[in-house]
Amino acid sequence: MSILCDKSTKLLVQGLGRMGRFHAKLSIEYGTPVVGGVAPGKGGQVIDGIPVFDTVREAVADTGANASVIFVPPPGAADAVLEAADAGIGLAACITEGIPALDMLRAKRALAGSPMRLIGPNCPGVVTPEQCRIGIMPAEITQPGPVGVVSRSGTLTYEAVDQLSRLGIGQTTCLGIGGDPIVGTTFIDALALFEQDPETKAVVMIGEIGGSAEEEAAEFIQGQMKKPVVAFIAGQNAPPGKRMGHAGAIIAGGKGRASDKMAALEAAGVVVSRSPAEIGSALAERVPGLKP
Amino acid sequence: MNVHEYQAKALLREYGVPVPAGALATTPAEAEDAARSLAGGVVVVKAQVHAGGRGKAGGIKLAKSAKEAKHVASEILGMTLRSHQTGPEGKVVRKVYVEAGSEIESELYLAVVLDRSAEKLAIIASTEGGMEIEEVAERSPEKILTVTVDPNVGLAAYQVRQIGFSLGFEMDRIAKLEPFLQALVRLFVEKDASLVEINPLVVTKSGDLVALDAKLNFDDNALYRHPEVAELRDPDEEDPREREAREIDLAYVGLDGNIGCMVNGAGLAMATLDVISVCGGSPANFLDAGGGADKDKVRDAFKLILLDPKVKAILVNIFGGIVRCDLIAEGVVAAASELGLEVPLVVRLQGNSAAEGRAILAGSGLNITPVETLREAGEAAVAAARVAGK
Repeated sequence: MSILCDKSTKLLVQGLGRMGRFHAKLSIEYGTPVVGGVAPGKGGQVIDGIPVFDTVREAVADTGANASVIFVPPPGAADAVLEAADAGIGLAACITEGIPALDMLRAKRALAGSPMRLIGPNCPGVVTPEQCRIGIMPAEITQPGPVGVVSRSGTLTYEAVDQLSRLGIGQTTCLGIGGDPIVGTTFIDALALFEQDPETKAVVMIGEIGGSAEEEAAEFIQGQMKKPVVAFIAGQNAPPGKRMGHAGAIIAGGKGRASDKMAALEAAGVVVSRSPAEIGSALAERVPGLKP
Repeated sequence: MNVHEYQAKALLREYGVPVPAGALATTPAEAEDAARSLAGGVVVVKAQVHAGGRGKAGGIKLAKSAKEAKHVASEILGMTLRSHQTGPEGKVVRKVYVEAGSEIESELYLAVVLDRSAEKLAIIASTEGGMEIEEVAERSPEKILTVTVDPNVGLAAYQVRQIGFSLGFEMDRIAKLEPFLQALVRLFVEKDASLVEINPLVVTKSGDLVALDAKLNFDDNALYRHPEVAELRDPDEEDPREREAREIDLAYVGLDGNIGCMVNGAGLAMATLDVISVCGGSPANFLDAGGGADKDKVRDAFKLILLDPKVKAILVNIFGGIVRCDLIAEGVVAAASELGLEVPLVVRLQGNSAAEGRAILAGSGLNITPVETLREAGEAAVAAARVAGK
């Protein structure tokens, strides 16, 4: 079992630029069927063996796609998200970095009531080991197993997954929810999915400075989660008022500090690793017997 | 992106928000002219720097005549203003804003922000104007009202009334508040702001609402569609290294320590600072070279890191997800020899083709310590900086 995606996923690629084409190829190599691409004005072409459509609706009607990965550049990315929802796509992962916050705010409000789940934007996507790769993650470092991984970061997710895999601890699904202030799937959404997934025995959660998503997640973990959670919060040494790479990673108005997030999570019974180098070992210690 | 008070007020004026009459001056003589043009009476001479706490730091002064305005401006222009928001190094004042004085009845607080948890805009109102809202939130949170607004719907009349009554207004003053608030929301949405803060909002003795001080921040991701806003950027207000980094598309933040850092990805870059600190060291910077770091990016990043004289060692931390570590290693070796790198270099390569990458580093003949794990990276960098610092 897994969350969000598996062998039944049929993937569309919205935005067939250099990055979209490159990662479509890697997903195909991983065994994920990429059934179509969407590039307005290029409908009818075949790019890298992928049939191209003008609209997501046509692509869905023709291919039965149930998921989409979005590489459309920032000015059109929120529009691409809405188009995917309108076409009945079940799961969309928006990889695009640099989307204006208000575009996402409007899009997210417009998605209320839509059955589509949005991951990201500004995220690496989602991988269910040996089953499905949506986005830009290096799927080779993952291995199947009992741990759910959810993170606001890209490369730090790879770091954590790599630490787990080296300890022989596999993953149900690895999910990057994105580093922007407004994201489609929040920590709470992801934690709820892992809590319901019978295969997931424990969760690794990687947060960072900015906003209060980790504090909200702590409340959810305390009230509604039985599975153990191990966390790391990046940015313990970040100065206030400075944006640390991600649009959402900023301590502003005295809010969003790593120390507050760590305290909230610890109060909710989460083991919080001080060092990013010990995420895997902290989990192995907290939950023995995760190795096959 | 931040802008100056005088720029913020010009934008507010454009949106119909009442602000005091004022003029910008870069010399005492200009300040004198400006004061004279404001039709006599008391003027306020205000230092234009991107930092709060200007009043306490001596950057805001009253003048009763044009002559006094000139004198006061001569004191403020060129001063190094130090407040809790400027850091100990302070900020040099290059411009002053000369503004007509206001007859103040009461001082209030209003702001529009992006509320990340509510996923809406939020209007924050308080009767405690003139103080920092964080302080009010800590001491008397009951004096703060937050109203959230769906940008697809807009600010409703009942919300204006909620805010108005919370500020102690009667209906006649709420009628004045409505266009004021609607203008703030419109500015926020149309210009892709991330903060519109009026502090204080004053009620004058004649009962009018005036934005006495204003702070605007804008969403960097939306500047591409607002060239008129992007133009307001003042390079003098930016850290020169951060400015340089922005121009070459690297995310860089200067810090106080002595270990220069170059990392791919924002989360891993933050975590690298954390691991250095856990190992007992102190990072000199945050630097995210981006997911697709290549040879040119590596060289640019090294150049930037080396602009900081505090740097005693450099830690390169690359998790090669898709990028190949052997290519990164070649870039590191090329950049290090090209730049004649003298400080010790600790390079951690992990992921895609990491072993090949480490072999290239080890065989380069340069002063490079290749390491494998994140913990080794932290320990080696801290040790290298300690030795080099002696």
